[in-house]
Amino acid sequence: MKDHFTVESEIMTETKITARNVQVHYGDTHAIKDVSVEIADRTVTAFIGPSGCGKSTFLRCINRMNDTIDICRVEGDILIDGEDIYDRKVDPVQLRAKVGMVFQKPNPFPKSIYDNVAYGPRIHGLARSKAELDEIVEKSLRRAAIWNEVKDRLSAPGTGLSGGQQQRLCIARAVATEPEVLLMDEPCSALDPIATAQVEELIDDLRRQFSVVIVTHSMQQAARVSQRTAFFHLGNLVEFGETSQIFTNPQDSRTESYITGRIG
Amino acid sequence: MPLIWLLALLAALSAAGFVMGRRRAVLSSGGDVRRLHSLPNYYGFNVGLAVIVPSLLVLFCWLLVQPLVIEARVAAQLSPEALSQASDPALVMSDVRRLAEGLDVAIAEGAMSGDDMRNLEADGGNIRAALGAVGVALGSEVEPSVLVAAQSYIAQVRTGNMVRNVTVILLALAGFLWAMRLTAPGFRARGAVERAVLALLIAAASIAILTTAGIVLSMLFESINFFRQYPISDFFFGTTWSPNFRGNSDLGILPLLWGTLYISFIALLVAVPVGLFSAIYLSEYAGPKVRGVAKPLIEVLAGIPTIVYGLFALITVGPLLRDHFAQPLGLGESGSSVMTAGLVMGIMLIPFVSSLSDDIINAVPQSMRDGSLGLGATKSETIRQVVVPAALPGIVGAVLLAASRAIGETMIVVLGAGAAAKLDLNPFEAMTTVTVKIVSQLTGDTDFAAPETLVAFALGLTLFVITLGLNVIALVIVRKYREQYE
Amino acid sequence: MSDISAIPAAAPHSSLHRQSARTKKRNAAEKRFQVYGMMAVGFGLLALVVLLASILGNGLSSFRQTHVVLPVELSEARLDKSGERDIEAIKKVSTFGYAPLIKDALARGMEESGIAIEGLDEKDAGEIISKEAPAQIRDFVIANPDLIGTTQEFRLLANGRIDGYFKGRVSMESAALDSNVSPAQLQLAEALKEAGLLTTGFNRDFITAPDASDQRPEAAGLGVAILGSLYMMLVVLVLALPIGVAASIYLEEFAPKNRWTDLIEVNISNLAAVPSIVFGILGLAIFINFAGLPQSAPIVGGLVLTLMTLPTIIIATRASLKSVPPSIRDAALGVGASKMQAVFHHVLPLAAPGILTGTIIGLAQALGETAPLLLIGMVAFVKEFPGAPPEGFFDPASALPVQIYNWTQRADPAFVERASGAIIVLLVFLVVMNTIAVILRRRFERRW
Repeated sequence: MKDHFTVESEIMTETKITARNVQVHYGDTHAIKDVSVEIADRTVTAFIGPSGCGKSTFLRCINRMNDTIDICRVEGDILIDGEDIYDRKVDPVQLRAKVGMVFQKPNPFPKSIYDNVAYGPRIHGLARSKAELDEIVEKSLRRAAIWNEVKDRLSAPGTGLSGGQQQRLCIARAVATEPEVLLMDEPCSALDPIATAQVEELIDDLRRQFSVVIVTHSMQQAARVSQRTAFFHLGNLVEFGETSQIFTNPQDSRTESYITGRIG
Repeated sequence: MPLIWLLALLAALSAAGFVMGRRRAVLSSGGDVRRLHSLPNYYGFNVGLAVIVPSLLVLFCWLLVQPLVIEARVAAQLSPEALSQASDPALVMSDVRRLAEGLDVAIAEGAMSGDDMRNLEADGGNIRAALGAVGVALGSEVEPSVLVAAQSYIAQVRTGNMVRNVTVILLALAGFLWAMRLTAPGFRARGAVERAVLALLIAAASIAILTTAGIVLSMLFESINFFRQYPISDFFFGTTWSPNFRGNSDLGILPLLWGTLYISFIALLVAVPVGLFSAIYLSEYAGPKVRGVAKPLIEVLAGIPTIVYGLFALITVGPLLRDHFAQPLGLGESGSSVMTAGLVMGIMLIPFVSSLSDDIINAVPQSMRDGSLGLGATKSETIRQVVVPAALPGIVGAVLLAASRAIGETMIVVLGAGAAAKLDLNPFEAMTTVTVKIVSQLTGDTDFAAPETLVAFALGLTLFVITLGLNVIALVIVRKYREQYE
Repeated sequence: MSDISAIPAAAPHSSLHRQSARTKKRNAAEKRFQVYGMMAVGFGLLALVVLLASILGNGLSSFRQTHVVLPVELSEARLDKSGERDIEAIKKVSTFGYAPLIKDALARGMEESGIAIEGLDEKDAGEIISKEAPAQIRDFVIANPDLIGTTQEFRLLANGRIDGYFKGRVSMESAALDSNVSPAQLQLAEALKEAGLLTTGFNRDFITAPDASDQRPEAAGLGVAILGSLYMMLVVLVLALPIGVAASIYLEEFAPKNRWTDLIEVNISNLAAVPSIVFGILGLAIFINFAGLPQSAPIVGGLVLTLMTLPTIIIATRASLKSVPPSIRDAALGVGASKMQAVFHHVLPLAAPGILTGTIIGLAQALGETAPLLLIGMVAFVKEFPGAPPEGFFDPASALPVQIYNWTQRADPAFVERASGAIIVLLVFLVVMNTIAVILRRRFERRW
């Protein structure tokens, strides 16, 4: 099996995240087997694969969310801008400010819309004054394309929004801390098609500024939003390349089976 | 016939009914039990239940009603002069009852025959001495009218019991005959038995309501009696508590409520932070090993009876606080104090708060924590700014439940808080609570007609209403909170 | 979605390998928070340890008791003047008639061992033996009238202060200030110990003997209280278990969703939180004043505790009925069983371990309950053992926790030791019951 992929493509951007020989164990389960990959800046990279293939686990390694699970062990190197994020000197708190995350189910805090977005800037001390904080909140809500819908009710609870709005609120919350990477774990799986379309459009916009990594169940979604696609199967990274190439001309028979619906 | 024999007889009849009903069913099927609608046992149960259930019900009601009827009749029979002489008609009745009981004992011990008893004349010392010999002490000489009433009382109780026994046994036999006649292959015995069992189940479930009704009614009646003798406004707004068994008592609840609330407040001041922080630490930080040891150990505190905490307050905490805090600071000389009781009660409530908070904190969805951690919040920031605010309604509910416990707690304050009713701010002063006064007014030699005793029921009712209010509010809040995350 | 163009480029890169000052501060706050948590857990554990240490430290010594071993001559002249061994005549001799025998025996014992304490007359010397001792000998004589005239060796209780001296509660200095005991008496006790006439051994009477009066802490035991508690637990078990299970079966399996069942549910959860003393008021008003049951009787205590325990048992039973999967019910109904049969033949047996566990825990709670029992007169001084059931349920008795309370109200400090010792006994019962509950749960717990 090939253990290292480089992508020759017309979108030449610098590499943001480099993973080398990453292994993840959950107790006795070997969840990620020797994955190496390079993720580019200002690009949407999609992780696809059948359930339980390790794509979400790998995503959670990138901002060390797996640290919160006691039985999880990560080996190998993951570098962001050339710095090893599993280095002892790295504080996961600081890392996560740089690598934001959006989850499968919209999870706004039971606070007002304003406080939801202001939460990150507050804990990281990004605003020196109330005016600055207001500005960050507005900017983030605009970036998440939800400002117009909520600008008149910023003090209403975030949990009162519709599912799609909640998810965009969570995206606003994530971008409010000025991250450089945005991880999205099946962000549309709990949404209806219209809300999904809005979020997908948003993702496409976000790529101008962030390196976006999205885990998705839906191949159509991967095809729609991503420039590059990685296919995971049983903990292995099977294939990684230009999205168009993966979907039209997969190199590996397993990828082909998945795409044509024979495994999944 | 004593009650216990009657019960035994009913049980025996019922068992016989089971055996015979079953036999009859088997015989009626001509030896082929498949012809029966139900299994033979059901026919047996049907007969057995028909024997015992109606008769027991009637017996139970009879036991409740007979004393009331007889007392009313005897009281009506008592001459008006005797009643008007006495300060309180109820006291005369209690004399009658006591004398009747004494005579009963005398007969049972063989010191007197039934005829002797009926022919007794109230020549004073005689009866008192005769009863004294069998160990029944009477407080005063026997009034002739009281003796007559007591004799009539005994006679009526005898007749009543006789009629009762006959009625109950006849009813049991009637049930037996009725159920036996029904026993035939076509009879749906199982349905009948199951309906009866269901009725029993419903009756069992209704005991909860009966209990509450019993609590409310018993306290309400006596409280009304109390408020007839003592003004209701003085009770609720009086600032002095000094009961005096010779009358003229001041029975204001405010000093007691103050002591109760002050002690509960200190208890919560200890229990809430400690309980909450231990719950947070054990559920969010501690490793499985620490959790596995510390959590059950803290829960041991919940299994320790309150009398143990009371003694702990009395012999350890009280002297400790007095010698190391109160005396050096010049705040008091008393081992029993608000601080002692509050501190020990706080310790008692720690596991209560921590296990409730633990449940509530665990009910906050993990996605909420992930959301916060994913933004780069530290664990403590996540807990303080996301988890605790999200769990706040539940925690408030838990604190209210703990407060209700603290307010209703008795043994710790009886042994640790002292008996002096005071409106004071010094936490090292001995103060007292509603529960302590309920105990002290109702134990010892008490006269049940005096306001000094009856006040305990009014205190109990107040306590019940306060804790009920807290519990209902807390339960509603907690339930709402649970639904939010389900 | 054109808002994006207005956004400036991302903030300049900062190295992950250097902690910013703010991160350091936040991590310190994190550490502090964690320390608060540890302190809270530590406080809880410390409280438990101090509590247990205080009780054990005060109470363990009550399981040991100082006795004076003396040969006592059961003089015929004093005990049976007629010499006819008529038991009624012998019974007429009160304990006062026995006191001189002890005094003589002690004087002889001192003489034989060559003990002489300056400034100690015979009366004071006699006081080192408990006032209970004459009763001890009288009981023996009434049981064995044939032995009158012989000399028998007795282990007589030493006075509470003497006992306290050997347990460190009383010292020579404190005795000098105490009107109940003098240093000379303590010296005598020391001398007797050296002579082997005074021994300290296991105190079996503490478990089996009845309570004793205020003056005789050394004779006070828990027998009546343990028996009374046992009777009450029997009443609770016999009433609360069937009623609780029946109520739970109805609520969980049969109850329709209506006002009435809602009311029952609310009632049960409220009853679980009603202060225990309120149940005492209920017991006093309903069972004693209204129904006319006797005061201090285990039956009343048992009834009150039954009402208190019911919610616990109902809650536990419903939880374990709920944990039996519906598929079991469906399977029974599917082969033509009635709903009642499905419940009684299949669901109930499967839920039995959980019900039993809940019942034991409920009983353990009831065993330690004190406040309601105070109100129904259990606090009275009871020296007679209650009779055998069922009549015994109506005899006056005490209960373990109430006996503890009772002892805390007495003046002699020796009763503090007794109360702590009684708590140890109570805790041992509770530990045993809870251990059984845990074992049952471990052994029979089924995960569906």
